[in-house]
Amino acid sequence: MSLDLKIRKDLGGFKLDLEVQAGNEVLALLGASGCGKSMTLRCISGIVTPDEGHIIVNGKTLFDSEKGINLSPQERHVGLLFQNYALFPNMTVEQNIMAGMNGFNISKREKKERVDQMIKTFYLEGLGKHKPAQLSGGQQQRVALARIMVSNPEILMLDEPFSALDSFLRWELEQELLRVLDNYGGTSIIVSHNRDEVYRISDHIAVMSDGRKDCFGDKESLFENPPTYQSAVLTGFKNFSHATYIDEHHIKAEEWNAVLYHEADKNIGMIALRPQPLKLAAGKGENTATFRVAKAIDNFDDVILVLTTPDNKSDVADADDFSWLTVSVLKQDYRPFEGDEYVNLLIDESNILVINGNS
Amino acid sequence: MDFFPLYNSLRIAILSAVIVFFLGIFCAYYVAKLPRLIKGILDVILTLPLVLPPTVVGYFILVFLSPRSVLGGWMMDMFNTRIIMTWYAAVIASSVVAFPLMYRTARGAFESFDMTLKYSAQTLGLSNTYIFWRITMPYCRQGIIAGTVLSFARALGEYGATAMVAGYIPGKTATISTTVYQLWRTNDNAGAFKWVMINLVISTVVLLAVNFFERTDVYGRRSTSAEN
Repeated sequence: MSLDLKIRKDLGGFKLDLEVQAGNEVLALLGASGCGKSMTLRCISGIVTPDEGHIIVNGKTLFDSEKGINLSPQERHVGLLFQNYALFPNMTVEQNIMAGMNGFNISKREKKERVDQMIKTFYLEGLGKHKPAQLSGGQQQRVALARIMVSNPEILMLDEPFSALDSFLRWELEQELLRVLDNYGGTSIIVSHNRDEVYRISDHIAVMSDGRKDCFGDKESLFENPPTYQSAVLTGFKNFSHATYIDEHHIKAEEWNAVLYHEADKNIGMIALRPQPLKLAAGKGENTATFRVAKAIDNFDDVILVLTTPDNKSDVADADDFSWLTVSVLKQDYRPFEGDEYVNLLIDESNILVINGNS
Repeated sequence: MDFFPLYNSLRIAILSAVIVFFLGIFCAYYVAKLPRLIKGILDVILTLPLVLPPTVVGYFILVFLSPRSVLGGWMMDMFNTRIIMTWYAAVIASSVVAFPLMYRTARGAFESFDMTLKYSAQTLGLSNTYIFWRITMPYCRQGIIAGTVLSFARALGEYGATAMVAGYIPGKTATISTTVYQLWRTNDNAGAFKWVMINLVISTVVLLAVNFFERTDVYGRRSTSAEN
């Protein structure tokens, strides 16, 4: 069971250019909206035809521009869960699930048995005669999954599976989905922009940005040390600065105007603050950077500081401007007193992520 | 009282509605898929009968179908039949005039169709024919029924083009609308009034039917509310 994909598609102003492989595992495509994640799923399922490349699922070629192979969606036997679940509104739950077996060469009675089985597996008892509009979002998703699973797909693809749900429903459905993915055992692809979701569900992650694969890796190493700016943003890093090499042990954070101690090489491009609470230093010293406090937001056990460089007199934070930071400081560390609008942020080696310049 | 005009009007309207139903859906479905430029041009042509005076439509039908025209002449030579001044001509006139109503409502319905339903059906292995009849049509059912009823109503009320191509021959081509005009012209006000009332009743029933279908459908959604 595997996926081997290499596709290019010019969508006018946006180019999808992706190469990715996956085995019997859950592969996540992580990226901001509009980066081409969903388009990739549509190419695999045959709804959209790539300009060139190949798509091979479990050894079967679904698309190959050189060999002139382009199977119809019906011939591909892939399972794609749409964001809105795409249940047929005029059909009952039973009929919807039944539709997943339309081409099957089995008796009507056996189909009915399989539908009943699915209804049990996906906790839909008593809802068989209901129309999709009468179901909750969670139930709709379960019907859509049942319909896909009953069709025995060669590959399972989930397009932002939780985006249409309330946050309190998400957790429950995520647990259910994990169970489905475990039982499935084949190759699955999940598309998401939610890092926590992706971390919990997937094995390998391909970060996508602007139609391209930005980086690829197993989830632990990718979340621990994202190699690129995009992957760092998507895995939860918020504070960045361009950085230059001073010597083997020192780097200069340009926007923060600070010299920091960290192993370095000449290839350095950026540094980022790891998303963890920081300490404040009493005075200026090694590994400190001075910032003006634009805003201090009191939380239950920490204080969120919106910081900027001392010479910046604006009070309106600009997310695209690296001279603005948003950091968390433990409450016991932050003792503001009147007139004190500056802080010395202690940034030591363990707080710093280094991103290479060519990425 | 001679009820031929009622019978004639109903058969013309029903036949036209049937013709327009298939033709309108066919055109709407395929035009919606065309590239933008061709779609724009075809859209204008197919909608023209809605805004043209019915007499202009009648004029064009005469140009194409009168025994002196190429097509009409050919029909005359081959089958020795004349279309003009028969009730078939009224069916053609009513169909042309009612067509844009069906075409536009059906196209609107197809355009609001959620394409992910089609895509997911395709990935589930359902054939395109199955998808059209079992998913697309039921989804667009409301718009298509409304379009059909509107086309029927329009065909029933057709006067201008019908009068030009079918004329008023009592017992042959007389419809309710041409009868009203004829009776009024010959100072039979009471007769004209009777037919006016009949027409009013039919039209009211039809419009009530349109409203009924627009208000609710099988899934209990309101048609006027935005669906996503």
